[in-house]
Amino acid sequence: MRLKLFERAFALTVVAAGLGYAQQNQDFSKVEIHVLPVQGQVYMLVGQGGNITVQAGADGVFLVDTMYAPLADKIVAAIRTISKGPIRYIVDTHVHGDHTGGNEPLRKAGSTITGGNVSADIKDSAEGAQIIAHQNILNRMSAAKGPDAAKSAAWPTDTFVGDEKDIFFNGEGIQVIHIPAAHTDGDSIVFFRRSDVISTGDLFTTTNYPVIDLDRGGSIQGFIAGLQKIVDTIIPVYGQEGGTMVVPGHGRLCDLGDVIEYREMAIIIRDRIQDMVGKGMTLEQVKAAKPTLDYDPLYGSTTGFWTTDKFVEAVYKSLKDNKK
Amino acid sequence: MKNLKWAGIAAIFLLTSLSSAQVNLAGTYAMTLDEDFPERLPGPEIGDYLGIPLNAAARAHAEAWDASLLTLPEYQCRVHPIDYVPSFFNIRIWEERDKDSQQLIAYHEHHEAWGTERTIWMDGRPHPPDYALHTSQGFSTGKWDGEILTVTTTHLKQGWIRRNGIPRSDRAIVYENYIKHGNHLTWVTVIHDPAYLTEPFIRTRDFVESPGLVMGAYPCESVVEVVMPKGKIPHHLPGTNEFLAEFPARYGIPVEAAMGGAETMYPEYQLKLKTLPKPPPLKKN
Repeated sequence: MRLKLFERAFALTVVAAGLGYAQQNQDFSKVEIHVLPVQGQVYMLVGQGGNITVQAGADGVFLVDTMYAPLADKIVAAIRTISKGPIRYIVDTHVHGDHTGGNEPLRKAGSTITGGNVSADIKDSAEGAQIIAHQNILNRMSAAKGPDAAKSAAWPTDTFVGDEKDIFFNGEGIQVIHIPAAHTDGDSIVFFRRSDVISTGDLFTTTNYPVIDLDRGGSIQGFIAGLQKIVDTIIPVYGQEGGTMVVPGHGRLCDLGDVIEYREMAIIIRDRIQDMVGKGMTLEQVKAAKPTLDYDPLYGSTTGFWTTDKFVEAVYKSLKDNKK
Repeated sequence: MKNLKWAGIAAIFLLTSLSSAQVNLAGTYAMTLDEDFPERLPGPEIGDYLGIPLNAAARAHAEAWDASLLTLPEYQCRVHPIDYVPSFFNIRIWEERDKDSQQLIAYHEHHEAWGTERTIWMDGRPHPPDYALHTSQGFSTGKWDGEILTVTTTHLKQGWIRRNGIPRSDRAIVYENYIKHGNHLTWVTVIHDPAYLTEPFIRTRDFVESPGLVMGAYPCESVVEVVMPKGKIPHHLPGTNEFLAEFPARYGIPVEAAMGGAETMYPEYQLKLKTLPKPPPLKKN
């Protein structure tokens, strides 16, 4: 029963967020931020919007994603139950506002390594935490106009191109791994190597069908490649459970068993729609054939911003356009 | 004064007796093969959904399922979920008690098949929040209802109702009863799955207490058995699973009945069964 309430809360979140993942018109006053210890130095924060991953240790605090700006005080309060250290790094897994909305206030709540080590009269010391993201996120947020245009204070401060950016923090290597053309064109997953935790952003969720944001460069093939990368990175203890833990973009804490179920769903539905595209079926014919029937009780929706129809349409267009 | 002391001791003894279980579940139990033998060893046939209250989504999932899936390395060592565990091999149950108070904290189970273990918390602790990890064995709490141990399990990973593709979702709640009759143990599993079942599905398995039973280890190592392109998931596209026809044809069961559904669980379905057309027998090769 409690799971249903949780899922309802998620559904309300995404409905309210709308296509632009905006924070407008949402009531954040009753949102609670819950802290779930994952393993090693890593914790998961659950509230409204995307999950936040926290890594904390002697060097300070490392965040993956930032939810929404109005939740920043509550997020900082939750982080303070884990660590009193400064927030040093933030990674944006992708550009959507339910994952980057809190960039500005959480950045201001922290300080860079340089800022923490030098005197306060040096300008950089007051600039807040470092925000790491793929270059495409900065491109979208710094655009003069568009759905993702944001104030400069919320922009990533440290971008990367290519496959990966590595950081060593709190005694462990952290890999920020870019997944091309998947959920969007700026996706990254974050692998905490010693804690053995992967933070996936919206490349993996437990609550909805894959959100393939074609307008922002996403594709079904890239999405599946991203899921495969996550599967390849995980090493379970036994029985495909335990070992590497997975913090999804939305939903509950997971491990390999959950990710392979989600990958199985994505591949099977892709194969079905690919077969229908190959037979020359129209989008309406594909929808009528119900290629998602067996997974609808788990991930389907007829309301909100990401309905089953929109998912089928995105897969269809992605395959029809042969986007990679 | 002396009488008072003895009365106190007697009261403590009485309270202790009343607060603990009337039945000792601890022990090793051997599986019996007189119930649902096909399910307990060889496994069900493809396309046999008789007596399962599955919905259209579950049926579609099962029809797409291809046993070759189990050749993939990441699927080879997947353990059976707690609601399917009773179908296999022998088990051991032992108590965990607080050293000082001797209160029962938990029952633990070891399952010989796949070497899984589960804990049934008896100390009244709450279930974890929704966003906590789900596992194959779930999170279980128990309490005694007379001489029956009743167990509620949440936080299950997605699993299966049968080994032929009928799914059980991660939203299911499983209720269990452990019933001891002499040295026999009946393990009742009731699955409530809002995603894939239209009614609760009830299954029982029987075991015999076997004090001298020694269980073997169950090592499992994933290897590449069949070389496939990375990211390939074996499955049948809709309408292409030719194996579905074999079960009804082999046993002369109407196809509609083989497809299961809540109706097929009840005795009165036998009357309808007589009115349904039987498929032609399988052609011999």
